[in-house]
Amino acid sequence: MSIGDDLQRLRAQAVSQLDAAHDSAALAEWKGRYLGKQGELARLSRGLGALAPAERPAAGQQFNATRSALEEALAIAEQRVKHAAQHDAFEAEALDITLPGRQPALGRLHPSTQTLRSIAAVFGEMGFQIWESPEVETDAFNFGLLNMPADHPARDMWDTFYLDTPPGSERVLLRTHTSPGQIHAMRHHAPHPIRVILPGKCYRYEQITARHEMQFHQVEGLAVGERISLADLKGTLVGFARRLYGQAVRTRFRGSYFPFTEPSVEFDIECFLCGGDGCRVCKHSGWLEILGAGMVHPNVLRNGGYDPARVSGFAFGMGPERIAMLRYGIDDIRWFFSGDERFLQQFG
Amino acid sequence: MRVPLSWLNEYVTITLGVDELAERLTMAGLEVSAIERIGVAGAELPWARDTVLIGAILEVRPHPNADRLVLADVDYGAATPHTVVTGAPNLFAYRGLGRLAEPPKSVFAREGAELYDGHAAGRVKVRLRGRPVRGVMSDAMLCSEKELGLSDDHAGILFLPADAPVGMPLVDYLGETVIEIDVLPNTARALSIVGVAREVAALTGAAFRPPLPAVTAAGAPVDGRARVTVERPDLCPRFSLTLVEGVTIGPAPFWMQRRLTLAGMRPINNVVDISNYVMLELGQPSHTFDADRVADRHLIVRCADDGEQLTTLDGRTHALTPDRLLVCDPAGPLALAGVMGGASSEVSDSTTCLLVEAALWEPTTIRRTAAQLRLRSEASRRFERGIDPAAPPLAQCRLLELLAQYAGGTAAHGMIDLVAQPWQAPTIILTPTEVTRLLGITLTPAAIAGYLQPLGFGCTVGDDAVQVQVPSARHDVGLAADLCEEIARMVGFDHIPLTTLSDALPEQIANPVLELEQRTRDLLVGSGIDEAITYSLTSMAEVARLAPHQADAAGYLRLANPLSSEREYLRRSLLPTLLTALVQNMRERERTLLFEIGRVYLPRAGQTLPDEPRRLALALTGAREARSWHHAGDQALGFFDLKGIIEALLDRSNALGRARFVALRDDPRFHPGRAATLVIGAGADARTVGQFGELHPAVAERFDVPGSRILIAELELDAVIAATAPTRYRTISRVPATTQDLAVIISRDLPAEQVERTIRKYAGGMLESLTLFDVYQGPPLDVRQRSLAYRLAFRAPDRTLADADLANVRAKIIRGLAFDLQATIRA
Repeated sequence: MSIGDDLQRLRAQAVSQLDAAHDSAALAEWKGRYLGKQGELARLSRGLGALAPAERPAAGQQFNATRSALEEALAIAEQRVKHAAQHDAFEAEALDITLPGRQPALGRLHPSTQTLRSIAAVFGEMGFQIWESPEVETDAFNFGLLNMPADHPARDMWDTFYLDTPPGSERVLLRTHTSPGQIHAMRHHAPHPIRVILPGKCYRYEQITARHEMQFHQVEGLAVGERISLADLKGTLVGFARRLYGQAVRTRFRGSYFPFTEPSVEFDIECFLCGGDGCRVCKHSGWLEILGAGMVHPNVLRNGGYDPARVSGFAFGMGPERIAMLRYGIDDIRWFFSGDERFLQQFG
Repeated sequence: MRVPLSWLNEYVTITLGVDELAERLTMAGLEVSAIERIGVAGAELPWARDTVLIGAILEVRPHPNADRLVLADVDYGAATPHTVVTGAPNLFAYRGLGRLAEPPKSVFAREGAELYDGHAAGRVKVRLRGRPVRGVMSDAMLCSEKELGLSDDHAGILFLPADAPVGMPLVDYLGETVIEIDVLPNTARALSIVGVAREVAALTGAAFRPPLPAVTAAGAPVDGRARVTVERPDLCPRFSLTLVEGVTIGPAPFWMQRRLTLAGMRPINNVVDISNYVMLELGQPSHTFDADRVADRHLIVRCADDGEQLTTLDGRTHALTPDRLLVCDPAGPLALAGVMGGASSEVSDSTTCLLVEAALWEPTTIRRTAAQLRLRSEASRRFERGIDPAAPPLAQCRLLELLAQYAGGTAAHGMIDLVAQPWQAPTIILTPTEVTRLLGITLTPAAIAGYLQPLGFGCTVGDDAVQVQVPSARHDVGLAADLCEEIARMVGFDHIPLTTLSDALPEQIANPVLELEQRTRDLLVGSGIDEAITYSLTSMAEVARLAPHQADAAGYLRLANPLSSEREYLRRSLLPTLLTALVQNMRERERTLLFEIGRVYLPRAGQTLPDEPRRLALALTGAREARSWHHAGDQALGFFDLKGIIEALLDRSNALGRARFVALRDDPRFHPGRAATLVIGAGADARTVGQFGELHPAVAERFDVPGSRILIAELELDAVIAATAPTRYRTISRVPATTQDLAVIISRDLPAEQVERTIRKYAGGMLESLTLFDVYQGPPLDVRQRSLAYRLAFRAPDRTLADADLANVRAKIIRGLAFDLQATIRA
């Protein structure tokens, strides 16, 4: 029996025992038994001294090879056992990932606020700043200065809530549109150029139905300066529509009437619900009315403190609730001011 | 305005299909809101040319086997008459009369015709098929209005006028397309067929055929046989009067009645119908008086005297005031000028003599009278918007022409025409530069004229300008901007280019308030609260439900014309409406968190307009965490959840350090032990910014949610925003912090805030943070005591603190707490 045979036998026995070790304790025990100071390999090594000097180097090499092989096998086995343990732990820790997650409690902005923000963001990039003006107004600001003297038939376009004021005093009302803000903004800025949007609440004396509210928001836009034309108004609004409704949106401008603009237009976008084929929402016209606009009437410019011969401007107005209703397919405007969570939690 | 196209076609040749025509008008500002087709292709029930025809009923014979049916022999243009079995009650009078001398005309439908079922409810289409009826073959019909889709009338067959051509397809005789135009306040011209025809001609390039009525005035001169006195020429710019004698009252011709019906008016008699017909056609309302019921045939235009009364045609009697303009005779009021006639001089069946008035009235007077007396009429609608000042004589001519033809009278020679304010055609100089400035397009003077002339504007083309004469029919035009609109309509708004603003960008202005308001919304949304927007209008009942002490109407702005008593007052607080919304949500869900940012309206003494400060309100109820498999959802939101939200807001505004919370014990909205006032600032700058806390149980009861724990807050957002301080970076130390825990036993009544303040007072500059991590009451403490446990973190900027440093500080704090607050330290 040579040492080589002994080593071979030891190696075979050790490897087979190592395969049977399935936890770190068994590995430690194995390591002690074969590689420890009192282990099998150490025991065999004591026989080296009995060899002839010429045989020693070869035998020494065999020893070293065996030791390396066992150490390598141990390292592999350690990896194996570690993986197995990890595997067991993973199994034990496995979750039913189909259970519902723990959602952070996030609130939601009101859909009108969200829409107002989208509008303000687009116009903000075009240089239009937000300008706020009061909700309670005088008759003069809501009508008179906007080119609607008392008893002007255009006043029929806005059913108005009046405030109870002492007889003989100035008539005070809830603004029916954000347009009085035009006069405020102009008087503040004149004679300098203006680019503002005027968002805010408005009120109309209207029976509340699915389509009409006594309270709603509006966003007015106003640009005043020395070189502002209807073509600029068109370019601005088409740009806005592309941002809000997509690059491919089709738009049209058609003649209309507002007392405070001349010329006046309505701005329509192609109905995105039916693609222009005609549906209930667009009243089978294929177009959705999005906003009214026009060139600021010379009288209004004058009332704002500008010289209409030198300065021109455009104005437009739109309703965030209407835009949100179209965007989300909301069929009843009354939800907007109900504070009902079943409504509020659907948006954002 | 409903415009039957056959009528329109009298004044302009319509060269476009109806859809294209509607599109052109819409784009030009005369919005076509509906197209109604009757009998023609595209109608709901088209009348087939080969099966629905005009027929003459030659003879009506008894049915051999049925008393309730008759046999009618109908000539419909074929070689032999066709026998129709019918039960139409209005044919029975002809039964057994033999060959009829004047065969009545009706609508004959042959086998294969599609009609509505006369007996079915609603409109059900059926196809006519031959079948024997009581032994006689029936394969044709005489039709009722319902069967043709003209109306819901199925009482008998439709009779047509005697001159209706036998054998003509009905669609050629009665087929019609009506377009409905939305009339805007400045498009008075669209309130007449002729006005629309003028637009159509200009927009389509077709020739406009102006009305040219032919009048034969065979009677004696009107002068001396009728008189007009206008006492208020300021309110009556023009008054014209004609006299027609020997008229016979009867029905108007069939075609006229039909057109009036199509236009939305009810036929009455020939005289009234002619008046209405001319109004629709030319836009000029007129009024016919029974001349024999006008004293002295003398019409006087004056304002009412106080106490005068007038009964109008609708049977209502009005007590008049001096701001009502009247047409009177020497005996008293006859008509409300421009609004409605009176009953006393109304044309009746026995009328033979007419005074025909066509006048112009001052629009404001008409508008006020019609609105205040709730007498909006087709006439007042036109007068309010203003009428072509040249229209009265033209309308008179058309009226006389039609009256002569269809009422048989003789017109007196001449016309009384009092013109107090003659029309002065404005002249506007329009330059290409101005057109470019406003529209962004470049046009030559000739091109400008080319657009304006078809609309009736007189144009003199110069080298660098056009001199424009405004026609009386376009009295709404007075400025260059108005003309630019006309040009834009004619060019087509869609043909104006798109450009971007090239004017200088205005100076930008900082708007921190708005940005902070947005940020407040974002922080609240991030805190898990939904944004609500409620009504700005409320009622005293709603206010009182939350805060009886605030429900004094005297402090509120009130609407003069509220829609309902629930929305009558402008709110002074967001809470009543927000709480109402919260409570409504509680019917559906246990947990609701809402906030609202909005304005309140505070009257200011001596000021016309109120103050409109911004407020923030919160209303929360339910579990802190929604119930799920993660959370039992058994911990209710409490005072400290609400306080925490407010602290977080203040902290993000860097204002928490200047905020104080003061117990609020006497506000009836709140639980007296669980409410606080938020004060920002100190000393003279201290300002109360809001209140918050748990809703008083009595309020919850009044809201019908007894026992519910609800948290509410209202803050003055402007003040919170104003308190915002800029954020400053603090150098981050590389030296580690050292912590110390300290459990302080104090009297139960002592506010925690004082403990914290005392610790800070004695801790010195090395104290970096102070966190309360435990509040304890119970054994082994005395019942009058409680323990507050704090973690203190110390740090020196330049060195790691030694135990000795900390021991000193700790001892100093403990001594201070003992001295100031009689506090002891729990081991």
